[in-house]
Amino acid sequence: MNNLAVNLAYLGAAVLFVVGLKMLGSPGTARRGNALSALGMLVAVVATLLSKDILALHWIVIAAAAGAVVGALAARLVAMTSMPEMVALFNGSGGIASLLVGAAALFPGIALGSGGGEGAVSTFTAVTVFLSVMIGGVTFSGSIVAWGKLAEVLPGGALLFAGQRLVNGGLLVGLLAAGVLFVAAPSTTSPYFALVLVLALTLGVMAVVPIGGADMPVVISLLNSYSGLAACAAGFAINNNVLIVSGSLVGAAGIILTNIMCKAMNRSLANVLFSGFGAVRSGAKVEGEVKPINAEDAGLILEAARAVAFVPGYGMAVAQAQHVVRELGELLEENGCEVSYAIHPVAGRMPGHMNVLLAEAGVPYDQLVEMDDVNPRMATIDVAVVIGANDVVNPAARQDESSPIYGMPIINVDHARTVFVLKRSMASGFAGIDNPLFFGANTRMLFGDAKASVAAVIASLKD
Amino acid sequence: MELVPVYLAFILALSIFLGFELISKVPATLHTPLMSGANAISGVTLVGALLAAGADGPDWLATALGAAAVFFATVNVVGGYLVTDRMLGMFKKRAPRRKAQGAEE
Repeated sequence: MNNLAVNLAYLGAAVLFVVGLKMLGSPGTARRGNALSALGMLVAVVATLLSKDILALHWIVIAAAAGAVVGALAARLVAMTSMPEMVALFNGSGGIASLLVGAAALFPGIALGSGGGEGAVSTFTAVTVFLSVMIGGVTFSGSIVAWGKLAEVLPGGALLFAGQRLVNGGLLVGLLAAGVLFVAAPSTTSPYFALVLVLALTLGVMAVVPIGGADMPVVISLLNSYSGLAACAAGFAINNNVLIVSGSLVGAAGIILTNIMCKAMNRSLANVLFSGFGAVRSGAKVEGEVKPINAEDAGLILEAARAVAFVPGYGMAVAQAQHVVRELGELLEENGCEVSYAIHPVAGRMPGHMNVLLAEAGVPYDQLVEMDDVNPRMATIDVAVVIGANDVVNPAARQDESSPIYGMPIINVDHARTVFVLKRSMASGFAGIDNPLFFGANTRMLFGDAKASVAAVIASLKD
Repeated sequence: MELVPVYLAFILALSIFLGFELISKVPATLHTPLMSGANAISGVTLVGALLAAGADGPDWLATALGAAAVFFATVNVVGGYLVTDRMLGMFKKRAPRRKAQGAEE
């Protein structure tokens, strides 16, 4: 294929990506949209392989086959509850791939058409190589740390030490300085190139370490954005349009998700990234008496209810309770009750985490309602069943100005006629904040493992 | 030749705006598949990896970097698309009500 044909194929691929992303935006067309975007990728890859720039295939075949096997197995075998870890790892592999492409562009003959070729590396190429190594490196090591936290290989909480911001600021300044020195005399053997690489990897680790588990939806979205920007930078390094277009689409998508997550927590991105939220306990102490309830009584109340809303949180994922919850929901529907699932944007460990789990369990997506849709009619809900959620239903966010989550939009379950809170024991939530909901007059606590509790309620309903 | 970076910057700027427009209306229900689908697209760096690995230059290091990039990018692309498809396959509309239909499945 000549250059023109290859570039026309890239244009086709870019169009398919755009249309695919557009179709991902609504549940009815999303699956076809994803398939179209995959087709776009296929077109881009085949066109590249047929181009005159590909002279040797053997390494490509070996590496691509190995990558395809690993990717396919991972995608097939991963449990839906582990989806955040999976996405973190995929982000990381995209990041390191862009880093490697950037590094390879330093060698003669790789930086196609950018005035590279046989001669020295141009300043433009050097800058873009630096950017792809920097962004790719931060994405890679940051994603690995995020994965470690999500998989609980590393401690999940926020890890803070004195002078952390100073250290991170110093790292960033050092990274940029090393970048300038590298660009001044770019070569594959430049010691500053190695320094850039090391500093970028270190910065990625240091940037994610202070972020607690409850803030993971923001981090995952942000890393997703970075992985797009890294591809974009690699596109500049090798003068390739399709990389720039798709990389920036992904970068923009990640930024939007990051923004939605931050808004859902009423916090700025800077606050999420630097404050080490959750490492400090504050807010008014709440005291009162909790009113426990047993599964049998809970079943009786649910049997009489006309409208029930389930409010899931990360605890539902941990207890793997999504299937029993769906079963309970169906049982109540057969009883003539109106059942919905109210989902907070940051419930779980990644954007939309709860939706995927409930979809896996077989809950139809039209029963999954967003916070803004359920809150206005909360007063008409007979029973709100909170399963493993805490901060996203904490009324302190509305009432207690000293609370660290004050101002965060929450699902107002305390406005429902009755609230059941399924909880393992009386420990505070991930962010370490006391929850006055537990002491509310209309709140009943159903203690125990969420899955076992729901199963017990189902058993009592069936009797 | 010195205009090439400018053309690329044009493409970058317009694509970013396009990305914002495309994504801003996605319902919260689809946030996870959107993210993993977008993540798969970011594996497009595979194109660059193929060019690096296939250039057959004199330097084996460049080929090795390219081959490693091909591996990681392929994991990203193949895994990303498949896992997104698997997730989206789970999103179902409410089945037509009641048991008459239920028996067919």
